[in-house]
Amino acid sequence: MKDFAALYSMLDETTKTNAKIEALAGYFQKAAPADAAWAVSFLIGRKPKRLIEVRKLAEWASREAGVPDWMFGECYQAVGDLAETIALLLPPAAGSTTLPLHFWVEERLLPLQQLEEAAQRELMLEAWRGMDDRQRLVWNKLITGAFRVGVSQNLVVRGLSAATGLDAAVLAHRLMGDWQPTPQFWETFIGIERRDEDVSRPYPFCLAHPLDGPVEELGPIAEWQAEWKWDGIRAQLVRRQRRTYLWSRGEELITDRFPEIEAAGSVLADGAVLDGEILPWKHGLPLPFAQMQRRVGRKIITDRILSEVPVVLLAFDLLELDGEDVRERELRWRRARLEEVAAPAAPGILLSPLVEAASWEELAARRTEARRRHVEGLMLKRRESPYRVGRRRGDWWKWKIQPYAVDAVLIYAQPGNGRRASLFTDYTFGVWEGGQLVPFAKAYSGLTDEEIRRVDAFVRANTQARHGPVRAVKPELVFELHFEGIQRSGRHRSGVAVRFPRIARWRTDKKPEDADTVETIKALLPPQ
Amino acid sequence: MLEINTCGLYCAAGGFHIDPWKPAPRAVITHAHSDHACPGSEAYLCAAASRQLVAARVGEDARIETMEYGETRDLGGVRLSLHPAGHILGSCQARLERNGEVWVVSGDYKVQPDTTCPAFEPLRCHVFVTESTFGLPIYRWPPQAEVFGEIDAWWRANREAGRTSVLLVYPLGKAQRVLAGIDCSAGPVAARASVERFNALYRQAGIALPGTRPPAGVPPGALVLAPPWTIPPAWFRRLGPVSTGMVSGWMRIRGTRRRRSLDRGFVLSDHADWPGLLQAIEATGAERVRVTHGYRYPLVRWLRERGLDAQAFETRYTAEQDETGSEDVEEIS
Repeated sequence: MKDFAALYSMLDETTKTNAKIEALAGYFQKAAPADAAWAVSFLIGRKPKRLIEVRKLAEWASREAGVPDWMFGECYQAVGDLAETIALLLPPAAGSTTLPLHFWVEERLLPLQQLEEAAQRELMLEAWRGMDDRQRLVWNKLITGAFRVGVSQNLVVRGLSAATGLDAAVLAHRLMGDWQPTPQFWETFIGIERRDEDVSRPYPFCLAHPLDGPVEELGPIAEWQAEWKWDGIRAQLVRRQRRTYLWSRGEELITDRFPEIEAAGSVLADGAVLDGEILPWKHGLPLPFAQMQRRVGRKIITDRILSEVPVVLLAFDLLELDGEDVRERELRWRRARLEEVAAPAAPGILLSPLVEAASWEELAARRTEARRRHVEGLMLKRRESPYRVGRRRGDWWKWKIQPYAVDAVLIYAQPGNGRRASLFTDYTFGVWEGGQLVPFAKAYSGLTDEEIRRVDAFVRANTQARHGPVRAVKPELVFELHFEGIQRSGRHRSGVAVRFPRIARWRTDKKPEDADTVETIKALLPPQ
Repeated sequence: MLEINTCGLYCAAGGFHIDPWKPAPRAVITHAHSDHACPGSEAYLCAAASRQLVAARVGEDARIETMEYGETRDLGGVRLSLHPAGHILGSCQARLERNGEVWVVSGDYKVQPDTTCPAFEPLRCHVFVTESTFGLPIYRWPPQAEVFGEIDAWWRANREAGRTSVLLVYPLGKAQRVLAGIDCSAGPVAARASVERFNALYRQAGIALPGTRPPAGVPPGALVLAPPWTIPPAWFRRLGPVSTGMVSGWMRIRGTRRRRSLDRGFVLSDHADWPGLLQAIEATGAERVRVTHGYRYPLVRWLRERGLDAQAFETRYTAEQDETGSEDVEEIS
């Protein structure tokens, strides 16, 4: 625990990538296998289920610190982090623990769940009393499941690579899928030979960068493969030893949620891994993503939902064939094999079609079909490229269609619900017409929590009138709104209706008079 | 004895303000931070040790009278004396006595030791007017020797890695306390002009400080003291590879350090921490406590729950919690 807490401090105390990698490498070189396994697990963001209610933790810590609950609340407001508030409030530490990380996790943290409340409290107090400030912070973060220390999985892998001398891509792959943080895992993980017993293990996903320059700069179009960019759930289908596994990009096993894809997988030849996108699909087109959320949210998949929101896997890459890792092969080869592999599949697996064009101009023209096809734009992939690990520039680009953008002024606000209850989070925006701001669109999403707090404070301080829960506010804040479609409307005062409006960013650099006018927005309407 | 008027904390009987935030006929100044020493008053009264620092704030040609610590003076029937507050060089508490009633205005204070100014002097009184900058129990300072040791170790590690250590410190008080506390044998120490200005005044007052030089052209591995407010990026670039640290009580909270993207935060303050505030309040024996700038309401409620007559005093001192994480706000000089 001492070394792990020290590692946490080192990672927390620098903003420099190299220093973080050095700290990680130093830790993993020294750590015992049982500790290293847990450390990796926590660092890449795996966490135990919430073990104790926050309210109880706060109460026990307050009593231990000799402060009333209201004072805990004041302190929490100043700190903004539960684990840290507790660590700062507890009486000064008398010493520090020399017991290793795996002891604290296996003998103390994991058993918490089975204990009665009184015993939980005893255990927590004993832990706090035996730890120094840094250890308490880390311990609290583990207990509250909020262990985050500003290192990405990629950075952890680079640290591991520096510690072991093994290739980062190999390590990234070994971290995928379902494994338990045991000394045995660690020994296999850092072993030279790959002894891969996990049949379900997916590969690290290759991710695309947004295209940021003119498309012509990519060179001859013949070197590029174009596909539609789907707006669904990125997934890998693993077919091994006559079983099918479906993994999300968040490395969650989601096979059970999509029985139609699992069924389609059983038709595939053994030893195949497909990369693709899961989409709600009807009549040859994707359904709106909101429909997908109806599927994802539920544990029990009823026949009704299966028929209302059927899903497919649109496969676009092949990572394993006949049990062999083919990621180093060229895309053009992988695509050809994919077409053979996916051909016999049941309706749950479709081949993501290629978008053919003889020139960039022609491709740009086809890209304008995107809205009609309910896709986000195009993907451009270099035909010669291997399947890479993570987000690298150069081989995969996403060429999204530009959303429409308008600057508008916040004119009304009302409180949201759920997590956003009691905060003003639902906004109406206005644009200028004849010297007046007329309501133009409502938007609920797009701001960070911090921005929401600031807008909320603004609304409270600048309310000009109340209509039920709706506040009319001083027209002062300007936001850039994005939306996907625009059409004429007789029912809207601005004369136009827009699709999927959302807040792109807060334009603190603009004044209300800089916002757009109804006239400029009407110019965006498609010709009649 | 004291009330708040438009200029600040006012003693009507004595005809003087204490640390007025607007020009007043007569101002008693507890210390030379800009939110306590505002220019434009007709006459100033401060501790002798504070004279040069106050003059640097309010102007050399201002009318400044001084008193030694413990010396008393009668102002309209109010017996006024000034006593060390342990905050910075020349800082004082103001003790006011009239018809047997004693009030003490703490100004800003700390109870930790500081080699650059005399220690806080506990005074018995009926009414204690206390600051509350760090008035929450999460604020508890580590021993300063430990913090100086951390700064030394950070600087040495940077020097070995060929990096310059840029330490953000409040230029008046904190900078000199740090200079006097750390081990300056590790290499050259430079100070930005806004810091050096106060180093010079401290040296004139007879406080021994290690030598400092201007930052231009310092070799890699040096320590550079700079004020906590925004520094032009071009200035940073000239220093080559750097590690940044900040010395402030606010560094107790990770969030304040992380918001500023600092590499290191060192927890050292010239204000009292929570135990320090409670210890100071108790030592006065006061039954009435008036709480000024900081976490007023939590401290007031805490004291009331312990049977004291506590109230918040609305003042405009700005050493309060500050989004930028700087401990005091000063004009950019």
